[in-house]
Amino acid sequence: MTPAPDLTVRGSAAIGDALLFARLTLTLAAGRWTCLLGGSGVGKTTILRLIAGLDTGAEFTGQITASDGQSVRERVAYMAQDDLLLPWATVARNVLLGARLRGEKPDLRRCDQLIERMRLQDHMTKKPGELSGGQRQRVALARTLMEDRPIVLLDEPFSALDARTRADMQDLAAEALQGRTVLLVTHDPGEAARLGQSIVVMTQNGITPCQPPHAPAPRKVDDLETLETQGALLRLLREEAA
Amino acid sequence: MKLLSGLAATLFALAIWQAIVSATGLPKFILPGPALVAETWWQNRWIIAEHTWVTAVEVIIGLACGTVLGVVTALQLANSRAARVLVQPMLVFTQALPVFALAPLLTLWLGYGLWSKVAMAVLIIYFPITSSFFDGLMRTPPGYLDLARTMQASRRAVLWHIRIPAALPSLASGMRLAAVYAPIGAVIGEWVGSSQGLGYLMLLANGRAKTDLMFAAMLTLGVFSILLHMVVRRATAGIAGETR
Repeated sequence: MTPAPDLTVRGSAAIGDALLFARLTLTLAAGRWTCLLGGSGVGKTTILRLIAGLDTGAEFTGQITASDGQSVRERVAYMAQDDLLLPWATVARNVLLGARLRGEKPDLRRCDQLIERMRLQDHMTKKPGELSGGQRQRVALARTLMEDRPIVLLDEPFSALDARTRADMQDLAAEALQGRTVLLVTHDPGEAARLGQSIVVMTQNGITPCQPPHAPAPRKVDDLETLETQGALLRLLREEAA
Repeated sequence: MKLLSGLAATLFALAIWQAIVSATGLPKFILPGPALVAETWWQNRWIIAEHTWVTAVEVIIGLACGTVLGVVTALQLANSRAARVLVQPMLVFTQALPVFALAPLLTLWLGYGLWSKVAMAVLIIYFPITSSFFDGLMRTPPGYLDLARTMQASRRAVLWHIRIPAALPSLASGMRLAAVYAPIGAVIGEWVGSSQGLGYLMLLANGRAKTDLMFAAMLTLGVFSILLHMVVRRATAGIAGETR
């Protein structure tokens, strides 16, 4: 793994004649979590998919660059709201998917370590259908970590989980992805306030950087400043939408 | 429970059949009753078994060849846009042609024996197998493809590790359909020209006004088709269940 670089997205996107977002500059600080918070349809997922090199259906004018000048899309790991586990493959085979798809020799020891770290050692030979939502998302996180990429793109990966499981997953992910350049796209102000080392709110009018709480992430769920930030973020979202 | 309800339905059908025979008083060369058909079946069981064997071999070879051909075609179609443009209309066209119309031609080309019937069975199941598997291959959940792309997977690896396994349930449903269609193809082939098989026996019995024997052959064909369907269903349940 190369050291995690800064990442800069500069440009605008349109679908046909309709502007999705006007020219903006979004910088993801190296080795830190940036939370991109916004409502549906403002283009936050588009930004994430552009970085990942995935189809967006939008025309992007601009550029996406890494501070070390190397290619971006070959150094990303991607995790979506849907865990995207292959239902016919066991947990272990799902974690090893990347190596199999690239025709590489799988690193079984690392796979075992990650599965253990995600507390999934009792489920290694199970199929995803036999797991709970939280366990499935842990497998997806293990698969993401297995890729060992300096840039990690998270597209609302915890939004379908119940509140308690979500908080557990946030803690686990924050700890496991430390030191990587992480972009977390979310519509949940609470999530952004807990995890963001920098927080950016995206609305129809563009992006607004916000002050994250001072405590190191992941912040306690009942940390007062975090709750205040959550409130402030929600207010900002509502004002901008009005 | 399933067995019981099947038994009840069979008994019910037999009762209706017998009731029609009794009520109308039709002569037995028009509509023989279930008892007579059963008796005829028992008397001719070895002859029927012989012809069933012939038809079964045609159907099973046809099913195997048709499945292989269909799978290969679907893979080609899924893999190449050119193949889709060139082959897909042809595929639909083969389906638009009535198989009946092709049967005499196939008999002319392939003779009276096994292979003209196999060809009929293949023709009739080729389309359902190809189209169901192809649909499955083209409907891979887009999220999987996104994930594979971020993992720098080659097209070949995506096909092998993601698209094919994801399409297996579709292939399984195509094969279940094929198991029902294949005997139809083989029997049509036998009608047009043959000296063996259940279709031949039905035609022969019909020509000699042995309607009871025709019924016996027909019911045997029906039971064979149901058994085949059950076997294929059992065999494909594993694939479909695993990938669901």
